Amino acid sequence: MTIKRFLSCVFLILPTLCFADGKILATPGVSQIEGSGGGGIVPWAQLAGYASEDEIAASAFCSVANVKNFSLNVCGAQANLYDRVELSIAQQQFDVDPLNVTLKQDIYGAKFRLYGDLIYSNWPQFSLGLQHKRLKTADIAFALGAKEKQGTDIYLAASKLHLGAIAGYNFLWNATFRYTQANEMGLLGFGGKNSAAIFPELSAAILLSKHIAIGIEYRKKPDNLGLNESHWRDMFIAWFPNKHINLTAAYLDLDTIAGIGNQQGFYFSLSGQF
Amino acid sequence: MNKVTLFLFFMIFSASLSGCSTTINNHQGSLYIQLGEEQGISRLVDSFIKELAKDKQVFPYFAKASVSHFRKGFINHMCDISGGPCKYKGDNMVDIHTGMNINEADFNRVVELLVKAMEKENISYRTQNKLLAKLAPLRSEVIKR
Repeated sequence: MTIKRFLSCVFLILPTLCFADGKILATPGVSQIEGSGGGGIVPWAQLAGYASEDEIAASAFCSVANVKNFSLNVCGAQANLYDRVELSIAQQQFDVDPLNVTLKQDIYGAKFRLYGDLIYSNWPQFSLGLQHKRLKTADIAFALGAKEKQGTDIYLAASKLHLGAIAGYNFLWNATFRYTQANEMGLLGFGGKNSAAIFPELSAAILLSKHIAIGIEYRKKPDNLGLNESHWRDMFIAWFPNKHINLTAAYLDLDTIAGIGNQQGFYFSLSGQF
Repeated sequence: MNKVTLFLFFMIFSASLSGCSTTINNHQGSLYIQLGEEQGISRLVDSFIKELAKDKQVFPYFAKASVSHFRKGFINHMCDISGGPCKYKGDNMVDIHTGMNINEADFNRVVELLVKAMEKENISYRTQNKLLAKLAPLRSEVIKR
């Protein structure tokens, strides 16, 4: 199924649905680069969209990340069923400037809320998710030593928003543990010298107002290809003017990609919710 | 993890801890004072009632309630919960909401209307959050009853 077909389905169904707005502004977060609801690079325990337990929500996004020698373009969509299940799809295009090639990958995601509510439960909200990745341009991945062109990440995420916790400002954190063997998120295939393992990913944010959040993220990644694959970091600011749209900008430090260091740059993302 | 990231996380987490301890150590009265004491709380509750009355989604829950009874009870409750010199003597939260079947979305709508009322009364964002933090634990006594 192509993303265009998926999106046209979403837009056909939309008018028949009510606009889901059962959640507090900004609390679902934004869309991460693999299509799941989250921060920019980390999938969070919250489900995308404003659906509460009696509602269905749909959302779509496009993001662009430009670092020194690479750029990533990704568009995708999510459905939130009763704040219990999130289904997502994303198409990534990764431009490798030094080789003048574009790598393409499709990601199908599902996330299941196991327990809790970001704001109200005593314990954090917990979700279990998976991201099934299909690399469509596998030649470079295989040439670098990857074993597979498909892979599935499984993650457990916990998140909590603490009302008024930092001098009256709301504080949100998310911790995700991801079982993966993806190289550069899958764009350089799956596996290599090492087998799959668990890697931590962390996010922390402060809401400066009900419309603006600033925060940081960290994502540890495997180095299966022996190319010094490094962790990723970002600092972001997200703007939520209303429950239909949000904009995110971030400074990225992706360190070393495919053996080429100093990959810093900027990230912009736009999401729409229904 | 890189030192800078580690440092930033440490900063944020330590800030969050100190934030917590301030709320506990500060005289409980401070939130009550920030809300403008009895007068400020009364004005806020009046604004809140106006917002509820205008709202098609949640007004039906309040249609049968006595406005003066709700007003008196909520002012008393807010005074108590914000550390003011009151003791809430009104009806039990569970008893009030039993049979109303308030769902998550409607609860959040009421939270948004309270925020709107606080904005109209020029209560700062930080004070708003502190009051919401006091009210949030009551949610389980309010919804799905």
